[in-house]
Amino acid sequence: MHRITEILEGLGSRVTGWIWRLGFASRFFWLTLRHSGTAFRRFYLTIREIYFAGVLSLVIILVSGLFVGMVLGLQGYDTLVRYGSSEALGVLVALSLTKELGPVVAGLLFASRAGSAITAEIGLMKATEQLAAMEMMAVDPIARVVAPRFWAGIISMPLLAALFSAMGIFGGYLVGVRFIGVDDGSFWSQMQAAVDFKEDILTGIFKSVVFGIAITWIAVFEGYDAPPTAEGVSRATTRTVVTSSLAVLALDFVMTALMFRGI
Amino acid sequence: MQPGGKNGGRSGANSGAPDNMVEVDKVGFGYDRRRLVLRDINIAIPRGQMVAVMGLSGCGKTTLLRLIAGWLRPITGEIRVAGKPISRLGRKGLFALRRRVGMLFQFGALFTDMTVFDNVAFQLREHTDLPERVIADLTLMKLHAVGLRGAADLMPSELSGGMARRVALARSVALDPMLMLYDEPFAGLDPLSLGVIGQLMRRLNDSLGATSIVVTHDVTEALQLVDYVYFMSNGVVMAQGTPEEIRNSSDPMVAQFVKGESDGPVPFHYPAPDYRQDLFQEAMLEKAILEKAA
Repeated sequence: MHRITEILEGLGSRVTGWIWRLGFASRFFWLTLRHSGTAFRRFYLTIREIYFAGVLSLVIILVSGLFVGMVLGLQGYDTLVRYGSSEALGVLVALSLTKELGPVVAGLLFASRAGSAITAEIGLMKATEQLAAMEMMAVDPIARVVAPRFWAGIISMPLLAALFSAMGIFGGYLVGVRFIGVDDGSFWSQMQAAVDFKEDILTGIFKSVVFGIAITWIAVFEGYDAPPTAEGVSRATTRTVVTSSLAVLALDFVMTALMFRGI
Repeated sequence: MQPGGKNGGRSGANSGAPDNMVEVDKVGFGYDRRRLVLRDINIAIPRGQMVAVMGLSGCGKTTLLRLIAGWLRPITGEIRVAGKPISRLGRKGLFALRRRVGMLFQFGALFTDMTVFDNVAFQLREHTDLPERVIADLTLMKLHAVGLRGAADLMPSELSGGMARRVALARSVALDPMLMLYDEPFAGLDPLSLGVIGQLMRRLNDSLGATSIVVTHDVTEALQLVDYVYFMSNGVVMAQGTPEEIRNSSDPMVAQFVKGESDGPVPFHYPAPDYRQDLFQEAMLEKAILEKAA
């Protein structure tokens, strides 16, 4: 009986703790939005963070995009050739990338490259009392540190996803057209005819903006909330990657289900 | 030497002195209402003075500094800085007051992504509309005052501990504050850097006409530097006086602290049962085991 009470107490305490944390994160999100004026009034702060979060993520995004596109080209050709429609390879590669793989894989890469860096940076600033010093100098750390990073993430994410998709399409072209020998004209013209800007491209952009919000919100919150110790920052960084990766996959399913019109 | 005793005019904000920069009036604080970290603290710091708050680690002196800085709010009593009740100020009011307060953190807390120059210029850029040329002049002036004008282009990671503390000092006085708060300014410094920082603190306090509160447990340096000392223990001010009075104090705890003796009212050993009894019990236990085995 005592053991059951202990288990129930532990469970209750964990659930209550989780709800508190969610509430704190929501309040933090609201505060970040409220203090976002600085991020736009002094846009150079945001530009600097776009460089760190976006530009420095370019290599991993472009290289991954190229390889994903090349694999898509190989696998897509292997399937399509069985039905005699290998000319549709361009459509398959483009739709897969713009609607799904581009935003999702770029989101996962962004979470591990930029999200973890944002959490670690803010967490270390907290641990070394830099945030406290800022507050003591009458400068709000949410306005000066958090908001520019938050908006930099939101701006960078769709651009990175678009570059990922473009690089992926190039990879598919390299493998499909250059190596395997699919007709060049069919590859591009079918893609042009089948990919709709509003239905396909905008869907991908919308998804990547949502992923950008989710990832950077989680990253800045985890950094700001991290216990000010080496272990605390390390755990917060891990939590950012795990939580934001799961959030990307879950949000992708929800958005795809809402946008799905096949039934 | 007791609060409200010999120097009764200083302790207790109700002394009516109009020129006190900081008044801590019957303040109690605890992270949990049932367990107070600070109890009935009464401190009054006149303008222009340099005051040390000393005591053993964990006695509540840093908590007191955080209360004066407005980071924490007291559970009982009131704190006034320049006549303003800091615990009742909103965020806007608190920030307005903090522009006139400088703080030196224990390890400097320099912004690691900025150069020494940008660190010192930070407040000037955030809070003034001065042209960059004027900001540069003021920043170099502050750096010159701490002897580090030549290090303006270095990054904090390229500085020694003492240099970093001097840069942090230059940054904290960038807006010529009326009140300076020092949180363990001598921690981890070599004797040379320690002396330099101490002299700079005194010189800046006097040249700016500021008031300074130094939280430290570095007895030798603090007693040479400050005008008045509050000695804290277990969350209360247990002694106060001029450095001379503290040096000659007959209070056993103050005397132990000043002389750095390992044993006294603050015991060397953490509470534990009698060692002889412990050893005897262990021997008895071993004997019983051996007998059982035989």
